[in-house]
Amino acid sequence: MYVEMRKICKKFGDYEAAKSIDFGIEKGKMAALLGPSGSGKTTILRILAGLEKQDSGDVIIEGRVVNDIPASKRGIGFVFQNYALFRYMTVYDNIAFGLKVQKADKHQMKERVNEMISLIGLEGLEKRYPDQLSGGQRQRVAFARAIVPNPQLLLLDEPFAAIDAKVRKELRAWLKEMIEKVGITSIFVTHDQDEAVELADDIIIINEGNLEQMGSPVSIYKHPETPFVAHFIGTSNTLDNLSGFKGFEGIEAGKKVIIRPEFVEVFKNDNQRFKNLMDATEEGIIKKIAFRGSYLELTMLVNGVLLTTTRSLERRSVSVGEKMRVLLHRVYLFDDTNAEMRAEIYKNELLKGVDIEML
Amino acid sequence: MKKERLKKQHSIIPGRGMTLGITITMLSLFILIPLVSAMLYSFRMSWKDFTELITRPNVTQAFATSIWCSLIAAVINCIFGTILAWVLVRYEFPGKRLMDAMIELPFALPTAVAGITLTKMYSDNGFLGRALERVGIRVSYTRLGIIIAMVFIGIPFVVRAVQPILEKLPAAHEEAALMLGASRFTTFRKVIFPEIMPALLSGFGLALARGIGEYGSVIYISGNSEKNGTQVVSYIIMSKLNSGNVDYEGAAAIALVLLILSFLMLFLINMIQHFAARRTNA
Ligand SMILES: Nc1ncnc2c1ncn2[C@@H]1O[C@H](COP(=O)(O)OP(=O)(O)OP(=O)(O)O)[C@@H](O)[C@H]1O
Ligand SMILES: [Mg+2]
Repeated sequence: MYVEMRKICKKFGDYEAAKSIDFGIEKGKMAALLGPSGSGKTTILRILAGLEKQDSGDVIIEGRVVNDIPASKRGIGFVFQNYALFRYMTVYDNIAFGLKVQKADKHQMKERVNEMISLIGLEGLEKRYPDQLSGGQRQRVAFARAIVPNPQLLLLDEPFAAIDAKVRKELRAWLKEMIEKVGITSIFVTHDQDEAVELADDIIIINEGNLEQMGSPVSIYKHPETPFVAHFIGTSNTLDNLSGFKGFEGIEAGKKVIIRPEFVEVFKNDNQRFKNLMDATEEGIIKKIAFRGSYLELTMLVNGVLLTTTRSLERRSVSVGEKMRVLLHRVYLFDDTNAEMRAEIYKNELLKGVDIEML
Repeated sequence: MKKERLKKQHSIIPGRGMTLGITITMLSLFILIPLVSAMLYSFRMSWKDFTELITRPNVTQAFATSIWCSLIAAVINCIFGTILAWVLVRYEFPGKRLMDAMIELPFALPTAVAGITLTKMYSDNGFLGRALERVGIRVSYTRLGIIIAMVFIGIPFVVRAVQPILEKLPAAHEEAALMLGASRFTTFRKVIFPEIMPALLSGFGLALARGIGEYGSVIYISGNSEKNGTQVVSYIIMSKLNSGNVDYEGAAAIALVLLILSFLMLFLINMIQHFAARRTNA
């Protein structure tokens, strides 16, 4: 592990912003701290950087405990949420700052700064001041400024939050490319799932100061370990029970159910692909059809509850009020009264182990 | 820059004519007319008398005393005022609110009271004066005394100019410098100082202006001796008005020169500020 946090706790007054946070990131990887607003993401990042002191626990970088090393000596690059560029310095001086304070050789400094400026594609804008740049350009400068002294770890706090949606996508790709080019271990904070999924090798999900789950985007999506993660990632419905649904009679009373659109298959009565599974289906009525660009989103009324699912535009057309067969093939279960309980997958018993994805 | 000028020409903000009218009327009534009348008084003198008066040794010396002392006091105020503002903004300590409220006391106190108190404190038998006397420093009846009085009355200008800027300064700027390996001192010098510089210049200008014209708090501690060079310009003016044969013209002439000098200095400060602001388009 290149960067590690061990049992990090932090309180602001009585408020626990980090509750025994434990994780590690391998060298060269990009990790995302993902969670809702106020969950403690920034706090964790700042503790890593040394800008905030943890109450207990260790921060370890390259096998060395750095608890007592001040922020300025940790050799970490940090990109701030609003970039925090120095207003009274030009683009060039902003980027050169990290080298100037090291009293770097003038000639080498110039070379390195110019190299950075061409890396971020801002040649010709060296003499501009930050207020004369667009949001995207500022972010590039902030990135260059942070990596110019060759830090081994780069931390970014909501690097795209201040940028409008259209440019954001572009910058995301740009940043990913840059970080790969530089080959630097990095951790960024976001509350945007898409961003985390698109950029990160590992996603760390934070909720109310707890680390809920850490893993690759796919594993977090496929195997959520806690009710929070099951809820937070992807879109989902939560139901109090599944009474009346065939194949789910074995669910213990009191457990709640999370259903994702992907868990619901909807087809017409004469469907051939699912013809052997008709016994496991319920009858549903289409209540709403929403066009989502490349697919349809159907809202179905089944056994008195509403379920959402998606439908490819390539399939036969459907209309509101039409009766369809609905196959609920799996759900997530969790115990509302016990936060420690992990979310579990419960498969439709009537499928007898048939894997829907294999059909 | 160009854009800004355009904006001014075609201002769409309503009330421009009225507010401008009121501004000019007030300016005229309270500032311009009294100033012009001071000028007119001095113009009653012939040029020869005027130059003769202005170049009298005691007058030139008073100008030198006033200007040097207020310059030095303004510089001292900038240093201590910034530190004071820093402490008030950055640290929590018991009595902070009280200290904050105390900053304006030099404004609230009648200047004569301040002057007399300072004189007592720094005189040979005042407790500070005695202590300083022992290490060979005399304050009362010296230029040092004048500077101290000017520091006292000028410090609120600097503190109150710098304080709001420091309060608004986002912590992220400093943290960014820190993360790049800068020491606290470098961070202050390179990142914080440029931010407070314009405010500091205003504070400097105000403290300077106040110092140059100060009368009440200075005349007691200065001793007003020509021999020691402790007469200030405002003392010379007052003495022209107080003495048996009141010399309005002489007083107005000296006042006019003081006015022009002060205006030039303030104008210079304004120009520096203007150019500093233009550099960042701020
Ligand atoms: N300096 C502080 N003093 C007191 N409370 C704080 C401080 N900093 C953060 N908190 C609290 O700690 C909690 C976590 O804050 P943090 O900034 O880490 O959240 P976040 O996950 O980054 O949220 P966001 O996505 O909104 O930026 C919040 O409830 C916040 O109010
Ligand atoms: Mg945050």
